[in-house]
Amino acid sequence: MPAPVADREVAIELRDVSQRFVTPDGRSLTALRNFDMTVRRGEFCAVVGPTGCGKSTTLSLIAGLARPSAGAVRIMGQPVTGIDSRVGFVFQQDAVFPWRSVLDNVVAGPLFRGRAKGEAIALAKDWIRRVGLTGFESHYPHQLSGGMRKRVALAQTFINGPEILLMDEQFSALDVQTRVLMQDELLQHWSTASASVVFVTHDLEEAIALADRVFVLTAGPATVKAVYDIDLPRPRLTAEIRYQPRFIEISRVIWNDLRDEVLISYERARKPTSTDNRP
Amino acid sequence: MNESPTNSAIEGDEARRMAESAETRASQVRLRRHRILVNVLRIGLVVVMLGGWELAGRFKWIDPFFFAMPSLIGEQIWTWLTEGTSQGPLWQQVLVTLEETVLGFLIGAVLGIICGVALGRNRLLADVFSIYIKIANSIPRVVLGSIFIISLGLGMASKVALAVVMVFFVVFGNAFQGVREADRNLIANARILGASRRQVTTAVVIPSALSWIIASLHVSFGFALVGAVVGEFLGSRQGIGLLIATAQGSFNAAGVFAAMIVLAVVALAAESLITLLENRLIKWRPAQLAETGF
Repeated sequence: MPAPVADREVAIELRDVSQRFVTPDGRSLTALRNFDMTVRRGEFCAVVGPTGCGKSTTLSLIAGLARPSAGAVRIMGQPVTGIDSRVGFVFQQDAVFPWRSVLDNVVAGPLFRGRAKGEAIALAKDWIRRVGLTGFESHYPHQLSGGMRKRVALAQTFINGPEILLMDEQFSALDVQTRVLMQDELLQHWSTASASVVFVTHDLEEAIALADRVFVLTAGPATVKAVYDIDLPRPRLTAEIRYQPRFIEISRVIWNDLRDEVLISYERARKPTSTDNRP
Repeated sequence: MNESPTNSAIEGDEARRMAESAETRASQVRLRRHRILVNVLRIGLVVVMLGGWELAGRFKWIDPFFFAMPSLIGEQIWTWLTEGTSQGPLWQQVLVTLEETVLGFLIGAVLGIICGVALGRNRLLADVFSIYIKIANSIPRVVLGSIFIISLGLGMASKVALAVVMVFFVVFGNAFQGVREADRNLIANARILGASRRQVTTAVVIPSALSWIIASLHVSFGFALVGAVVGEFLGSRQGIGLLIATAQGSFNAAGVFAAMIVLAVVALAAESLITLLENRLIKWRPAQLAETGF
């Protein structure tokens, strides 16, 4: 068990959370079961687990997009009752608005929140510069590469100055080189923004390279199987850190844990009739 | 020694570039040939069809009194253009019908979009109204024309009303569907970025429903035209519909065909206007490749 942390330092807390869905054909499906998780302020946490185990569900609960069937979800000490303005969410698929130019996409958040237009545009231009998209302000998303669209999504989220940042496998669709570049950029933005991050991924190396702590989930319904502190020094260069002996050591230990769960979920996927629940 | 690999690399580059540009030129030539072939075939088809019709009429294989002939139709249009119709100048008839159509189209489209978005965004409203809309949609709406003539008279109002009814359901259906199909992720993203319910509607739902709505506008302008013409048919003092009705009453087949051609010209002009509007409104969409065919 990790040492208890003082309430003031806790950014996100999930206590004994369960989440059930009813499928269209009326069956009940449990995504999370007795799920416990604590994220400290300013901490970068990664969540890894087998495909389809309920990783994204935890993010929806923290973001207030969904309510838990049982248990408590708190951010900054208060229960989550809806969407909170302190939360930012970068989605797995492209969630930038295809009918808006880069500038209009980035400026959306401040304008939704009632900032003056001139002020919002100045802020947006600054963020477009920070993610390296200067000169592309009037391009539409379909004119950009996958990596550039991710940068738009990052700027769109960071411009609101979130205290809690949720990320859902957001680099999984990128090629390996672009992904490593984006990871470094993300770490840079994070170190200046000092937000608490929950980063969901199925890529263990990505999780270790980025995070302070890695949560390993069981095959669905998900609970936390183990939590690992990643004691690699910061600032990190994700392209190089993966060749350090300590990195390899950590990833071997965690993989031992994760492999069992991956195998379970793989077995289940091959037998579609029993995809449902553990007893 | 040192230069030779670079040189050959440059030469290789040059050769590749030349090969590429040759290939581009060849494919352009192929494309142009294809386009010419299509146009020749198109024109040939028209000549054969119209020529065959004309010949069949001349040699009395078909009776031109019932089926007209292209030359008679041309003559009729010429008469209308130069001497006017029995109801006044042709342009006036076109203008009347166009006015009814455009009014009906605009009112119907705006109502359809408003209702479609409202119902698409509100589950309860959708559940309550959906059954009645299905019922209303299953009635052949042209028959409402008679009701409108009785209640609204022979003037413009009855035709506009019929056109509105024709347009409304098409646009409504598409707007409703478009709203329902709006990407959940985009909506969630907007909400987290701080959008209120109304802002989600204006910033996400309506833009993403727009391609659905515009697709329906293409079809529904034709429907508005049908509504206006049928309304005129059923009872009016002016318009192309009346022109057709009069021609029919005097067994003037060429007149009916001539009016049809006038209507087709109006419809095609409107269609191209809507395409223009579409290109302006949905300029964020990636360009369609291979529009000329393959």
